Amino acid sequence: MSSNPNTPERKSIDLAAASANLAHRDGKRFWQSLEELSETKEYREFLEHEFPHDTAKDPEGIDRRDVLKLAAASAALAGLSACTKLPTEKIVPYVKPPEEIIPGRPLFYATSMQLAGVATGLLVESNMGRPTKIEGNPEHPGSLGGTDVFAQASVLTLYDPDRSQTVIHEGRISDWDPFAVAMTNMRGQQSPKGPGLRILTETVTSPSLAAHVRAVLKQFPEAKWHQYEPCGRDNVREGAKLAFGKPVNPVYKFDKADVIVSLDADFLTCGAGHVRYTRDFSSRRALDTPSANPNRLYVVESMPSSTGAMADHRKPARASEIGGFAQRLAAEVGVASANGGGTNSQNISADWTRAVAKDLQQHRGSSLVIAGEEQPPYVHALAHAMNAALGNVGKTVYYTDPLETNPIDGMESLRDLANDMKAGKVDALLILGGNPVYDAPVDFDFGPALLNVKLRIHSGLYYDETGELCHWHVPATHYLESWGDARAYDGTIGIIQPLIAPLYQGCHSPYEILGLLGNDAGKSNHDGVRDYWAGQRPEKDKAFEDLWERSLHDGVMTGTALPAINVAARTDFAKPPNTQSAGSNTAAASDLEISFRPDPSILDGRFANNGWLQETPKPNTRLTWDNAAMVSPATAQHLNITTGDYVTLQLNGHETKAGVMIVPGHADSSVTLHLGYGRRRAGKVGTGTGFNANFIRNSTTPWAATGLHIEKTGEEYYFAVTQHQYIIDRQGQTFEEESAAAFHRDLIQVATLEEFRANPRFAQDPQEEPTPGLSLYPGFKYDGYAWGMSIDLNKCVGCNACVVACQSENNIAVVGKKQVMLGRAMHWIRVDTYFRGGLENPEMYYEPMPCMQCENAPCEVVCPVGATTHSPEGLNEMTYNRCVGTRYCSNNCPYKVRRFNFFLFSDWQTPSLYGLRNPNVTVRSRGVMEKCTYCVQRINAAKIHSEEANQTIKDGEIVTACQGACPADAIVFGNINDPNSRVSKLKAQSRNYRLLAELNTKPRTSYLARVRNPNPEIHE
Amino acid sequence: MAQIFHHSTNVLSRLSIYGGVFIVALLGAALYAIELSPWYTDVHVSREQPVPFSHKHHAGELGIDCRYCHTSVEKSSFAGVPPTQTCMTCHSQIWTNSAMLEPVRASYRDDKSISWTRVNALPDFVYFDHSIHVSKGIGCTTCHGQIAEMPLTYRAGTLYMSWCLDCHRQPEKYVRPKSQVFNPNYQVPANQEQLGRELVKEYKIQSLQNCSVCHR
Repeated sequence: MSSNPNTPERKSIDLAAASANLAHRDGKRFWQSLEELSETKEYREFLEHEFPHDTAKDPEGIDRRDVLKLAAASAALAGLSACTKLPTEKIVPYVKPPEEIIPGRPLFYATSMQLAGVATGLLVESNMGRPTKIEGNPEHPGSLGGTDVFAQASVLTLYDPDRSQTVIHEGRISDWDPFAVAMTNMRGQQSPKGPGLRILTETVTSPSLAAHVRAVLKQFPEAKWHQYEPCGRDNVREGAKLAFGKPVNPVYKFDKADVIVSLDADFLTCGAGHVRYTRDFSSRRALDTPSANPNRLYVVESMPSSTGAMADHRKPARASEIGGFAQRLAAEVGVASANGGGTNSQNISADWTRAVAKDLQQHRGSSLVIAGEEQPPYVHALAHAMNAALGNVGKTVYYTDPLETNPIDGMESLRDLANDMKAGKVDALLILGGNPVYDAPVDFDFGPALLNVKLRIHSGLYYDETGELCHWHVPATHYLESWGDARAYDGTIGIIQPLIAPLYQGCHSPYEILGLLGNDAGKSNHDGVRDYWAGQRPEKDKAFEDLWERSLHDGVMTGTALPAINVAARTDFAKPPNTQSAGSNTAAASDLEISFRPDPSILDGRFANNGWLQETPKPNTRLTWDNAAMVSPATAQHLNITTGDYVTLQLNGHETKAGVMIVPGHADSSVTLHLGYGRRRAGKVGTGTGFNANFIRNSTTPWAATGLHIEKTGEEYYFAVTQHQYIIDRQGQTFEEESAAAFHRDLIQVATLEEFRANPRFAQDPQEEPTPGLSLYPGFKYDGYAWGMSIDLNKCVGCNACVVACQSENNIAVVGKKQVMLGRAMHWIRVDTYFRGGLENPEMYYEPMPCMQCENAPCEVVCPVGATTHSPEGLNEMTYNRCVGTRYCSNNCPYKVRRFNFFLFSDWQTPSLYGLRNPNVTVRSRGVMEKCTYCVQRINAAKIHSEEANQTIKDGEIVTACQGACPADAIVFGNINDPNSRVSKLKAQSRNYRLLAELNTKPRTSYLARVRNPNPEIHE
Repeated sequence: MAQIFHHSTNVLSRLSIYGGVFIVALLGAALYAIELSPWYTDVHVSREQPVPFSHKHHAGELGIDCRYCHTSVEKSSFAGVPPTQTCMTCHSQIWTNSAMLEPVRASYRDDKSISWTRVNALPDFVYFDHSIHVSKGIGCTTCHGQIAEMPLTYRAGTLYMSWCLDCHRQPEKYVRPKSQVFNPNYQVPANQEQLGRELVKEYKIQSLQNCSVCHR
């Protein structure tokens, strides 16, 4: 950052200045945000002050009398605050103790959570019967111990006070019994075959739930079962049908792939199997030695994603151009029928395509082409054909029968339903989950059409936009409250078992509701699931009992993965499809395109009321609490719009309003708007955040459409972006370019594989290492354990699972959008994002930042009350009950990892949230500093356990929350005094480096530098 | 001009200056006394309970082991308060008509917990663990006092941080052989200092005093 004091302070982003600033540099410097490059006033404030909008700094000044008054008052209060008597507490023991529960000791149960029907196996921590923390299930193929943000945050949804709690009939509180009567009446009123009865569900992979639906359909043979998922796998299914003539489920083996081409597929963040895929992908990025052979990833995408950031070569391309690129790539790798097709996009040269194709062909059988779920079926079919042509089938990809029990095209299914509703053919509609009034495409007019239905029944976690329009609303059980089953990405069955009885009496599972329609009224959902499997499995009686118990314990039913099937890819599909879908090559380059994407935090809106997810900075943009009309810098200039402009987006006669955000690396002539925002009835947290993309989303072009018009409204919109907050001031670089060149290496260290092999120690600079004994302080001796952490930047995919896991484990408060804008988000670990290169397609890098736990910690020496101290094991302890909130420690922290409770951010009022909290971590009050402790509660628990057993703590016994959640296995924690521990071995690797090592802080958290593996034949 | 203040006011001003110091000191002493008084610390103050349970009778006279009721003391941070079922193991057979025990029977009958008043309480920001203390040779009575002589249970120590640190700084003064941990009538031997030092070594007792041991 070469900020020149003479440049005028800019209020907002100035792209010309940013480009000039970039050109001024040698192109190798890292930068963090457009605000940095434009040197805006806000950026400078965040750089210079830890907490820029400091209330304590009164611009009017403060006079002597006020100081004395405040000093006297605080002295008096400080004395008095210690004089409270402990309140009398009650102890309420069990009458009859449940087996297994030992008060004070957590229990773990295996279960599964599904997104769009695909399950991730979990182990859920239960404290005295309260589920409090989600971990991955190492035995589940969809997890292998890792999790994602959605699983981590799902426990907050369980305790969400805005969940619906009672059965509602026409807007009034009702009960299950009247509902059951109404359902029985409805059954009686249906004509015998029930042509007017419709059931709408989300994607169902659960065999037992499908059996329940089919039982109803058997009674009413003309009734229909519709499935709809706003962010479903329709294109995957239809693409497979196009290629193979039938719907199959592709399963990828990223651990076997040397060369991967992603056609707009963000396979590391969402979609079937993304947690497992991240683990497999990252396993190929471990570089223990320079001779290791990492994979190479090519990504062509419109919106910069986590997957794009991990790419060795990334090309921004509009969603509609990707089909053309796929076709040319297919022709190059020898898919005969693809010859001659495909238009060129402005960014992707024929040479580039040829080089990629060559790389693929040199890795026949160990390469992989994957198409994104948002790409049209045609692109999927091309990807399948390429994998077949490259001999990858059976090696890096195999096919199974579909995961869905009834694989249908969700969009068409909902269209049929909407048409039938409009035609008045639907007498009764049972909506089991989902929120179609909010998320159905605009051309279906779903809301008005729904009103034509005589009896509308909705079951969902929230009394939402759809529930509001229905006669009956039945609160659904959360997955932590009910029984069920679901298939993992490879088909493995995981049993969903409840951790807690439904929190509210009104909550019922779909099994029970369907039971009222079938012949199973009154049957519990446990029996519904168990009886189904008892009927399906060959094991009987005792053998089945054993199998069932084992499946519950392990979280998976062993041997239920779907077998690979032999399918041959057809080649006669390969003409551009006749639809107006995004795959068509007809769109002129000048037309503005809009693409819709599931939001990386709240997906299709189902997590809109989850504060943890809303406040998680989204990958690359680091935007919180909103979505935005995201455009590239060039397009913003072309359209004369900039970040913060409030605009109208018009598409095919429909419109929505949105704030504009300039995103470096976005494809030109394209706007990305994430789904899930603009909810009208999400709850206290989610209502009114962001902009509703469904207002302009059309069923024929659900993912990308051309013909967008943007009009400025003249108003401004303010986003809460954390990207330019907590910036580390690299001193010495500020004004003097010479010293900058001589002094500093960047906070993030990157080399190419070639450079790494030539100089394995590229990340370390011996000159930068301070001489021993430089400190004025005597230094500590660490005789026993010495805790340390290693974070592999080559593996980290920036998915934020660690951020939310930390929030869940450590009772970290949500602060809200305004406070985030003021730089007061409380996350103890953040994922810093760095860019390098030009605005049009910069390289992107992630760097998770927990507390560095310095051995010479600058924070410790400035605390006037001894609230932050050094432990004999090297932790920088934070003692909340001692902290008086001077914030000196934070001011002195070069890494900016300390967080201050400016207000009472923790919710101490809402009873349902009491259950959520980790009982082993203090819930902080206002005026208290807090920070990462390396999960000291877990360290203490392990130490007590080991001391009692008279052993030392084994390596890997303590897993920090961030480490446990990481799907990429990028974070490793352990004892650095043990040379054989995993963390010691990682720290001994040549890529190891420490941040700001020259400050002699001796941080315990160190990083393994990123190594890119570019194709030597591509010169850019 | 005549003097405004009479000569005697000098004495008054001196008195008030000296007095000020004494008053402040006295006030401090008074506050300190209050802080250590049973009114504030609840030490030796029996709490009213729904059933007047006597540790003296059960642990002292009958000799029931501590762990018969406080089952998780060796496994968990929390020693455990017995469920009604534990009371009923005996009291379904003896004293079945006692009026005093009616709340226990009612609890068992109606499946409603008995709500005991907590005697030994720590602030919520303190994380104490029973299991590690008993496994390192700290006896129940070291902290909980002569429980076998308490007809109604009371707090035996202030449970202040300084009280904890007394032992954490000098565990040899308090540690006892593991076999004696649950003995409510254990008497501190004359050679405690010497025995204590040996036991500290044998049990590998660490004198942990850093903050995050208890605060997090």
